[in-house]
Amino acid sequence: MRSIILLLLFGIIASWLPAQEGTLLIKNGTVLTVTNGTLENTDVLVADGKIRRIGKSLSAPAGTLTIDATGQFVMPGIIDAHSHLALDGVNEATNPVTAEVWVGDALDPLDVGIYRALAGGVTASHAMHGSANAIGGQCETIKHRYGVYNPNELRMEGAPRTIKFALGENPMRVHGEGRNIMPRTRMGVEQVFRNAFSEAKVYMAAQEKYEQERRSNANAVPPKYDRRMETLADILRGDIIIHCHSYRADEIAMLMEVCKDFGVDRLCFQHVNEGFKVAPELADFGAGASVFADWWAYKFEVYYSTAYNAAILSKNGVVTSINSDDSELIRHLYHEAAKTQRYGGLSDDEALALITINPAKQLGIAERTGSLEVGKDADIAIFSAHPLSVYAIPQKTIVDGVIRFDIENDPDDMRLDVNPAEDVPAVYLHTEEIDNCMEGVFEQLFMGEK
Amino acid sequence: MKSIIKNIGISLLALLMSHQLLAQQVSKASTGTFALTNATIETVTNGTVKGTLIISDGKIADIGGNLPIPSGATEIDCAGLTIYPGLIDGGTRLGLAEVGSVSLTEDFNEIGDATPQMQALTAVNPNSVAIPVTRVNGVTTVITKPSGGVMPGTASLIHLLGYTPKQMYGDFQAVVINYPSSGRRGRFDRRSDEDIKKAEEKALKKLNDVFDEAYLYHRIDSAAAGKAEMMPDYNPALAALLPVVRKEIPVMVEVNAAKDIQSALRWVEEKDLNVIFTGVAEGWRVADEIAAAKIPVITGPVLSLPTRQSDRYNRAYTNAAALHKAGVKVALRTDDAENVRNLPFNAGFAAAYGMGKEEALKAVTIVPAEIFGLDDQIGSLEKGKIANLFVTDGDPFEPKTQIKHLFISGYNIPLDSRHIRLYNEFLDREPGLSK
Repeated sequence: MRSIILLLLFGIIASWLPAQEGTLLIKNGTVLTVTNGTLENTDVLVADGKIRRIGKSLSAPAGTLTIDATGQFVMPGIIDAHSHLALDGVNEATNPVTAEVWVGDALDPLDVGIYRALAGGVTASHAMHGSANAIGGQCETIKHRYGVYNPNELRMEGAPRTIKFALGENPMRVHGEGRNIMPRTRMGVEQVFRNAFSEAKVYMAAQEKYEQERRSNANAVPPKYDRRMETLADILRGDIIIHCHSYRADEIAMLMEVCKDFGVDRLCFQHVNEGFKVAPELADFGAGASVFADWWAYKFEVYYSTAYNAAILSKNGVVTSINSDDSELIRHLYHEAAKTQRYGGLSDDEALALITINPAKQLGIAERTGSLEVGKDADIAIFSAHPLSVYAIPQKTIVDGVIRFDIENDPDDMRLDVNPAEDVPAVYLHTEEIDNCMEGVFEQLFMGEK
Repeated sequence: MKSIIKNIGISLLALLMSHQLLAQQVSKASTGTFALTNATIETVTNGTVKGTLIISDGKIADIGGNLPIPSGATEIDCAGLTIYPGLIDGGTRLGLAEVGSVSLTEDFNEIGDATPQMQALTAVNPNSVAIPVTRVNGVTTVITKPSGGVMPGTASLIHLLGYTPKQMYGDFQAVVINYPSSGRRGRFDRRSDEDIKKAEEKALKKLNDVFDEAYLYHRIDSAAAGKAEMMPDYNPALAALLPVVRKEIPVMVEVNAAKDIQSALRWVEEKDLNVIFTGVAEGWRVADEIAAAKIPVITGPVLSLPTRQSDRYNRAYTNAAALHKAGVKVALRTDDAENVRNLPFNAGFAAAYGMGKEEALKAVTIVPAEIFGLDDQIGSLEKGKIANLFVTDGDPFEPKTQIKHLFISGYNIPLDSRHIRLYNEFLDREPGLSK
């Protein structure tokens, strides 16, 4: 029985991949390049997973899959700078510092959430560690190549390394309140960073000393290898981008001061609900801000926030993105971006940048994706109407030139992982109050207390 | 010298404004007679009218192509703008919830499984920061309801203007029932199938027991006919159910999974109650059965995940349309607290995914008004109805549209909220970077 289901699934997948993988021609759409304006009645030619040409009346070799986009809107694949899709584990909530941990060790390519994100035009996401620890684990930038079974094929090869930091209530609650260790306050959170970075500097100095010593002394003893310290050292060297869960203005300012003191300049704040209060400081530092369109009041540290956050940040020159942090919200980031037109009157290009080129910059992948430009990866979303309209319906989503979502041809059931023991799939009512960034924490910490 | 005076003037103004900011929640509403002229008027029930809408004594005094402006009326030129009836959200926690993670600011879930006597209206905080945040998006009226347990309390309809719950109350109440559920709350609900079944059976027994007692209480109470010595021992829960078993007020039955909907259909038929179904996430699976039972539905949020991993990705988007097409009377809700302002966007998604703009607009105006028996008061722009309305520069469901004017109960409400105030303060912050 199981093998029949598997065979059926393979059949579905086989029929759904084009013959010449990664090559196609999109004809006659309104092309929203995001970085180079809007082009009417324009074609996009894709070959070997890359955008080869953008222009009028393009032709392609015979047999090339052609998509008629007449009356439709073609935009860069949407990028979510904050997600927990495709992860089997989110929080290693056992220490205020867990820099050695990497969510890339727990990737799940079978998560149907990836497909649902594709159905909202999202082609890449930043699969993040949770916010239980001041210094959490390393994250993974993935491409939504739904249909692959090998976790490695989800990774966006060559994307810079990133790590999750967290400020405020979550690390204070988990460690201060939950485990009675520092940090219990925002003062403690600062000290966790300063201690960790200082220890890493000592570790780096010991390594450097050893490197010098061993030139003259073949018997020099290397310092003990420590993956946590290796990771922190890589942050100090500028090899890892910090993505920091944050809410309040004071704590945002604090982390920028810490980073300045340690010479760290690759920094993007996540959530950052009060980012608008320190927008000039964020712009001056060159820090990114990845925000919700309108989420607020779900906890005290977001009570004094505003839906105008993204607009204020953008207008103050901060590289701003809109993220989901949520498997539901990720499906309509185009709509979330549109809300910045209600709340702050951003232009179409400014609003679209929030979900394309700006998150690409924050993840260090803007050379590869985030806009429709010749030479970039063919990550493309096609909509029935302008994607900032509430009436827009995603039609096709293309990753590296492969159609991964197709509203006309996909069956209803797109699971890759079917439990043969389950007659009727379970019904989920989605009534739980979930803080996605805290996923797994309370089971881990307070198991048996309920 | 001139500049010094100017500076003093600006400082004084700034001082006054900052004082105002500290002292006020939002700018004051004003009342009187208003003439909204040169407008496109989307009446919802009588098509589109080009002309004037007169507001007087809190009501819509008149609508027409060429109306004289009453003397003393404040004229508001609405050239190029459109007037819509205030949007109605059929299910929220607005006013009952202030800060999500701070339990002492959350007033929607009292202790006890069956507490229909708990009045949501009692705990509505008229000064909740979320109320102005909501109404500036055109939502003028909401159901605010308790949740949790089998029978968490009594929901109320409120208009989003007033300084006491009584001032906000909109003449509709319903007792909330959470129909026993066979579904999981979410992916972290890791109870075994057996545990879920046990919980469901226990909840159904509780619900039936309470109703058995309520009918008994009703029979004794009726027989006593006010004679004190014959009255049953006072029982607040059962007393709160008297108007329900007497069909004076409806029950709002929250039910979502297909088989639970079918079970609830049998249950309500047996009990003979005035019923509104809410939630109804899997309504599309059993839409014909709901239509045949002629039970109205309040569904939403539209922007949600499908209930099953195997379901098409857009099932929640298309659910309202599927119900409507089957002949069910469907209204929408956000089921939210601080983000009830997203109601028009939920309607927009329902419209895009099969319902169409016209029906989606009805699903947040006249249809909920009809479901609540208030269609003589709200839900459309008609002479004599309460002046709950808003004026826009475009389609109210489109995010880029701006709301230009807002009236609730005939009051002209400044478009002001904490979110807007923070924007005004921080867009171009002073001091900026250097100080």
